[in-house]
Amino acid sequence: MSRIQPVFERLSRERRKALIPFVTAGDPSPAHTVPLMHALVEAGADVIELGVPFSDPMADGPVVQRASERALRQRVGLEAVLGFVAEFRRRDDRTAVVLMGYANPIEAMGAERFAARAQAAGVDGVLVVDYPPEESAAFAGVVRAHGMDLIFLLAPTSTDARIAEVARLASGYIYYVSLTGVTGAATLDVSDVAARLAAIRAQTSLPLGVGFGIRDAASAHAVARVADAVVIGSKIIQEMEEAGTDAAIERARRFVASIRAALDAGAEPARAHA
Amino acid sequence: MQMYDLPDSRGHFGPYGGVFVAETLVHALEELRAAYARYRDDPEFRAEFGYELEHFVGRPSPVYHAKRWSERLGGAQIYLKREDLNHTGAHKVNNTIGQALLARRMGKPRVIAETGAGQHGVATATVAARYGMECVVYMGSEDVKRQVQNVYRMKLLGATVVPVESGSRTLKDALNEAMRDWVTNVRDTFYIIGTVAGPHPYPMMVRDFQSVIGKECIEQMPRMCGRQPDMVIACVGGGSNAMGIFYPYIPYDSVELVGVEAGGEGVATGRHAASLSAGVPGVLHGNRTYLLQDADGQIVETHSISAGLDYPGVGPEHAWLKDSGRARYVTIDDAEALAAFHDCCRLEGIIPALESSHALAYAAKIAPTLPRERILLVNLSGRGDKDMHTVAEKSGIRF
Repeated sequence: MSRIQPVFERLSRERRKALIPFVTAGDPSPAHTVPLMHALVEAGADVIELGVPFSDPMADGPVVQRASERALRQRVGLEAVLGFVAEFRRRDDRTAVVLMGYANPIEAMGAERFAARAQAAGVDGVLVVDYPPEESAAFAGVVRAHGMDLIFLLAPTSTDARIAEVARLASGYIYYVSLTGVTGAATLDVSDVAARLAAIRAQTSLPLGVGFGIRDAASAHAVARVADAVVIGSKIIQEMEEAGTDAAIERARRFVASIRAALDAGAEPARAHA
Repeated sequence: MQMYDLPDSRGHFGPYGGVFVAETLVHALEELRAAYARYRDDPEFRAEFGYELEHFVGRPSPVYHAKRWSERLGGAQIYLKREDLNHTGAHKVNNTIGQALLARRMGKPRVIAETGAGQHGVATATVAARYGMECVVYMGSEDVKRQVQNVYRMKLLGATVVPVESGSRTLKDALNEAMRDWVTNVRDTFYIIGTVAGPHPYPMMVRDFQSVIGKECIEQMPRMCGRQPDMVIACVGGGSNAMGIFYPYIPYDSVELVGVEAGGEGVATGRHAASLSAGVPGVLHGNRTYLLQDADGQIVETHSISAGLDYPGVGPEHAWLKDSGRARYVTIDDAEALAAFHDCCRLEGIIPALESSHALAYAAKIAPTLPRERILLVNLSGRGDKDMHTVAEKSGIRF
């Protein structure tokens, strides 16, 4: 069974918000990935979104593109990513792991084979950026049959009809993309996010994570007031780039810990997830 | 004649096509779908499109009997659909006019495009100038270096050319970057895709705009030689000129449709761009289609003497036509294309684009094996002025 729902239930009881860091597997090197995942957990991550490198990351901004390119140069693809998760699970059976990537590597492996292997490796959820709900009914069935959650994106431009469609297929949590744009884009309007989340909550009781545009403790704190989870990605990768490969893990740990502190300081009475 | 009414309402050609994009793009595509549904058969839209094709592009383009070349080959008769005579020198402009007219009706003052060799970029910059729109063209930095003249041409026409430094720095990466621009600036921006690929409705819409090519042939061929051709031959990169000439012929069961892919240095060498002949189905750039990819599902770099065929995917309707058997797809390698290029220059006084030279080469290859009364119609999709540099280099000449 997926660890995602238990994670959110525990946090709800503790009246805390989930922290979901995103890192690209294999960046800055394959040897970094598993130690980095453990460091993120030590820093307070509840769910890790692990990016599966793809040659054509159409929905990603320059930072995640660079991470993907670094990983690909070291031949890290879906096969290797599943290996990282299995290795991570030897020491961590509690933190949820969500694979985030594009459809083609999964289709190349075959949906059924991918799902079986991901489940065996200890993956809890899958987010396929270019599988919108109308193209993923069959895939959702396969993922669910293997005890994993299929995570979907919603955007500021998503209509009520689309929110309903996503709510019908999604499990685990829903990832609200707070900006129209690519990952790593700039500004974020929290009151607008709050209004959109209310519209989504009208149609689903799943926890809502918010990502895109969260770059520091202040924006994380602000978003956590209205969301169940904060997703932060490009900024972590940027911090690691600045630190250089030797100091990358330590820098990521410190940065994520600072976000964790901001989230916990902002703790308010939690929403119950019925 | 058989019924053919693809794609379905969600853009599927059998298992191919569809809308495989991030949620952030879905709204923009729905808006485009609605606008195209509204104007597709609108008499005023059709009339304006027809007027522009006649007066700005110079349509209809003629069909020409390549008599000397046919005689030399000693078999089937080769006819050429002269898309090379269009304004801007290729079929690309048929589509950019259609999309620009749609953009105007949708109130979008800014158009963006991706380009490989620069032909679609030039065609987009041309219509943007014609209609007074802002134009940004994304082009892989490798291609910017290789296609200096087309970059300058776009700038003369008032477009901004943005070199793309990500990935393999070629056409596919330019497409990724244009998508990123679109998702960020969707409110005022229309993305003019240059081929029959991408998410629905692009493959259908680009095919519709390009199908003027085949529709003209259906009228011209009986006038010219008393009947429809036995075979229609076109080169296939993304596949827009081929869909343009194939589509109206799909219901004509007696007309064989043959797409010619870029064999590069030979399909066996792995250095080619023959997605249909050597690829496997997957998902890229918003649709499911045949792709050149490695075992891990990563898209691989392609190779062709012709930059316009240098693309690792192919329009989803071609994937469907292949699987259904309605069209067949073959490859022609760099050397064969180059030989046909020179023959067409010397025997017919026409300098063809290297892309179109692939289709010509296949016609020249099979013509001698067929009876003299057989008719082969080749889409001469563009002129070769842009390829002077490449061809000269192959001949050891430097300007």
